[in-house]
Amino acid sequence: MIHFVLHEAKDTVAVAVVEGIKAGADLTAWIMDDDKQISIRALQDIPIGHKIALKDMAVGDTVFKYGTDIGKVVAPIKAGEHAHVHNIKTKRW
Amino acid sequence: MSVISKSTKFWGYRRQNGRVGVRNHVIILPVDDLSNAAAEAVANNIKGTLAIPHPYGRLQFGADLALHFRTLIGTGCNPNVAAVVVIGIEDGWTKRVVDGIAASGKPVVGFGIEGHGDHETIMRASKAARAFLQDASELHRVECNISELWVSTKCGESDTTSGCGANPTVGNAFDKLYDVGSTLVFGETSEITGGEKVLIERCRTPKVAEEFMGMFNRYQDMINRHKTDDLSESQPTKGNIAGGLTTIEEKAMGNIQKIGKKCMIDGVLDKAEIPTGPGLWFMDSSSAAAEMVTLCAASGFAVHFFPTGQGNVIGNPILPVIKICANPRTVRTMSEHIDVDSSGLLQREMVLDQVGDKLLEMMLRTANGRLTAAEALGHREFVLTRLYESA
Repeated sequence: MIHFVLHEAKDTVAVAVVEGIKAGADLTAWIMDDDKQISIRALQDIPIGHKIALKDMAVGDTVFKYGTDIGKVVAPIKAGEHAHVHNIKTKRW
Repeated sequence: MSVISKSTKFWGYRRQNGRVGVRNHVIILPVDDLSNAAAEAVANNIKGTLAIPHPYGRLQFGADLALHFRTLIGTGCNPNVAAVVVIGIEDGWTKRVVDGIAASGKPVVGFGIEGHGDHETIMRASKAARAFLQDASELHRVECNISELWVSTKCGESDTTSGCGANPTVGNAFDKLYDVGSTLVFGETSEITGGEKVLIERCRTPKVAEEFMGMFNRYQDMINRHKTDDLSESQPTKGNIAGGLTTIEEKAMGNIQKIGKKCMIDGVLDKAEIPTGPGLWFMDSSSAAAEMVTLCAASGFAVHFFPTGQGNVIGNPILPVIKICANPRTVRTMSEHIDVDSSGLLQREMVLDQVGDKLLEMMLRTANGRLTAAEALGHREFVLTRLYESA
């Protein structure tokens, strides 16, 4: 079963594509562009559609998804944690 | 091999100007808010006609007024429409809309309310609507080539599954339609923010890239002029955020998956402007679902692809809106709104080519007459884009 997908190997976040992902679970992520799978452990519950961090990130780091800059880190994030509006913001507007 | 090729046919209505539609509506079109009541009364009298009420059309001026007329006239000229009854508060602007639609060769007649009142106007307009409806009922579908089908796209209530599932499904279908010579459009100028460099690379010529960036920068300037915060909860929307989308850049990168991997942007369009040839067009437009879909209909598009993640329920009075969703929870909880389930893509149960073909199959069935979920549910959102305050 695929629990998360990411677009490119460079991405630092992945998207939950199943419901009910719980903290502590060992999970499978699919890199769509490379058609490879990697393993990740969730440190927090991740709702479907929400993102998990794939690496530790510090304030000011750029977040990559689609192999592209999608915003900046505004609160420290550990690999396996929920990555969303509480720790990532736009660089625009 | 795809489900479509250059020799693929469908059954459509060929109109006087050569354009091909997939529906056969007789519409009652108010010029202004004041004429909605009469228009709705006519549609109530003559079953099978469709009133398209809206809140504008008074004291507009300049480019905003031009857009109002362009949208109403374009709606009337859309090949999914067989005939039009126009009703306005006075004769002058009513005639302007009638003349614009008449240029397409389509049956159209207009009625001004002043000097007659609602009763007499409703009676006269109902007589005309009845004759149009009976004439339209005798029109037959004829075999048409796939290249004659104009297809638009815009996504809504997106979440992260849109960017990795539903939008790439549309993109795969767009790549295949581009290859068979269809006319295609996408837009949502503000929702390109963060993906504009990708789109510049996809523009056919430097001139197209320059025109696209002119539209993009104008929209950014407008947002910067009016914003009071970083637009969080507006763009991305509250629904987007609930679905897991965090920033406008993330949303934009998901959005532009709808134009696939191969097709090039051949030109740009102003709002409700009609394309002058086949290929992929970028329309400078709002990212609000009903505004954008209304503009697509006014530009002459006959079928719409609407990918969603959290479950937007939108339809349009004259343009069949096909919904595509890759979020398994939404497919389960809102199944009556979803025409194409592409959630198998995210479990590797299907590959992109297969879900793209699944959408194209549904497109052909819809073009041949199958009602979309939105049509069956009576979703007829018609929203005119306003550029600024009335005079």
